[in-house]
Amino acid sequence: MITFAKNSLHVIVYEGEGSRPLDDRARCELVQALLEKDCSITSVRQRGPAQNGSRHEFSNTGMQTGVTLVLGRFESEQPEQAEDAKSGNQIRFLGIEGLATAEAVEQVESLRRQLCGEPARFWKPWFPVIDFNRCTNCMQCLSFCLFDVYGVSGDGKIKVQNQSNCKTDCPACSRVCPEVAILFPKYKAGPINGDVVDSEDVRREGMKVDISALLGGDIYSALRDRSARAKSRFSKERDEDRALKERLRCLAKLQQQMDVPPEVLASLPSLDEIRRRSEEAKARAQAALDAASRTAAESATKPDASVPSSLAPRPSPLAPQ
Amino acid sequence: MTDLPRILYCHCAYAQVVPKEVKQEVLARLTSAGVAFEAVPDLCELSARGDGRMQQLVEGGQLRIAACYPRAVKWLFEAAGAPLPESGVEIRNMRVEPAAEIAAALLRPASVPAASTASRSDAAETLTPHPSPLAPPQ
Repeated sequence: MITFAKNSLHVIVYEGEGSRPLDDRARCELVQALLEKDCSITSVRQRGPAQNGSRHEFSNTGMQTGVTLVLGRFESEQPEQAEDAKSGNQIRFLGIEGLATAEAVEQVESLRRQLCGEPARFWKPWFPVIDFNRCTNCMQCLSFCLFDVYGVSGDGKIKVQNQSNCKTDCPACSRVCPEVAILFPKYKAGPINGDVVDSEDVRREGMKVDISALLGGDIYSALRDRSARAKSRFSKERDEDRALKERLRCLAKLQQQMDVPPEVLASLPSLDEIRRRSEEAKARAQAALDAASRTAAESATKPDASVPSSLAPRPSPLAPQ
Repeated sequence: MTDLPRILYCHCAYAQVVPKEVKQEVLARLTSAGVAFEAVPDLCELSARGDGRMQQLVEGGQLRIAACYPRAVKWLFEAAGAPLPESGVEIRNMRVEPAAEIAAALLRPASVPAASTASRSDAAETLTPHPSPLAPPQ
C-alpha cells in the first residue's frame, strides 16, 4: 500500500488549458516559495490535450497524494473541490489571479492546515543510507552503533531500522564500514556523501579495520582495557587531573578520527550501558550471520536451489579468529 | 517541447550542501523553459518517510533528476522501497555540476544523447550494476 507523508500537500501549478500563464519570474518565485514551505509541486505548462503535462496526462505521470491543490489563473470559475475520477483523490482549486507570491503562499498554507492539519513534526535530515552494491552484510555497523540505528531484516540483511536514533552530523558508522557502503547524503565530503568510491577510499577504510584488529579486533574491548589501565593508574597515583586529561585526550582522538561531533560523545551512555548494548548488538549481528550461513548451507545441499547472493556465506568479522 | 522525459528537481531544503545559487539557477531555468516538471522539497525526507511519491516517480517511465550524487539518489530511492530502474534514469549532481550544464541536460530532447561529461559518466556508472561484493568469490 502506498502511503504518503502526513501533512505534506501536493501542489499543481497549473498553466495548461483554461488557465493563463504566469510570467517566468512569478512562476519561479512561487515554486521556490512553495518548496520552502515543504510542498511538493508539479508544474504543468503545455496546452492542448495531446501534450505531455496536460491535465489529462498529469494523472498518469505526476505525483498524486491524498490531497492535491491546483493553483492557477483560471479563465473560468472552478469548483472549490473535485475528485479525480481515476484515483479517487481529492482535488482542491485555488485561483491566484492578481495575488502576489506571498499572498498565494499564505492561502496555500491556510488550506494546508485545513486539509492536512498542523505541519508534520520536525524531521531530522541525518540518517544513513546503505549502498547494497557495496555492502557485504558484515554487520560491523550494527555491532558498532550504540544507538540502535541498524537492525536485521527478515531475510538476514542489514537494514536501517531506527533512522531517528541517528546522531546528527555523526558519520562514525560510515567510517568503520570496511566497504565504504554507508552514505550520509547530507555529509560534507565524499565518499560518505555518495560521491564515487575510489580505490584509495577502500584502502583507507581497510586500514582502519586493520587498526581495529591490531587493537584486539574489538574497539570496545580496547576501550575497556584502556579504561581499566587508566583506573589502575588513577588508583596508584591518585591524580584526578591526569586521569581526566587522559580521558579527554582519548575522546578527542576518537572524535578527530571519526569526525564525531562533541555532542555525540557527550550523549554516550555509561560504560556499563555501552558494554551491554555492544554485547546485544554483536549477538544480533552474529545470529543474523549464522542464520544466513545455515540458509546458504541448506540451499547448497539442494541441487537446483539458487542462493540469493545476499545470503551467501562469507567470513564474519565478528567470528573468533 | 513534448519530446522530454519527466524531470524531477530536488530543492535539498534541509542542509546547505547544495550551493544555493546552483539550485536557484536550475529552478529558474526550469520554470522559464515552458516544460512540465516535478519538484520536491527534499528527496532525503521523502526517502526517510518512505513516501509513496517515490514509487510513483519510478513508475512513470524515463526520468531526469536534478539532485545530488547519483549513488546517494539511487540508494535513497532503494531505501524508500522504490528502486530506480536500471535504464531510463539520468541523475545530475547540483553539488558539483554547473547550473547551466544541469539545466541543459534536463531540458535536452529525449532523442539527443547526453553530452560526454565527467558527471554524466558518474551518473551512468551509478545506475549500472556494480560487480556485487555479495557474489561468491571467483
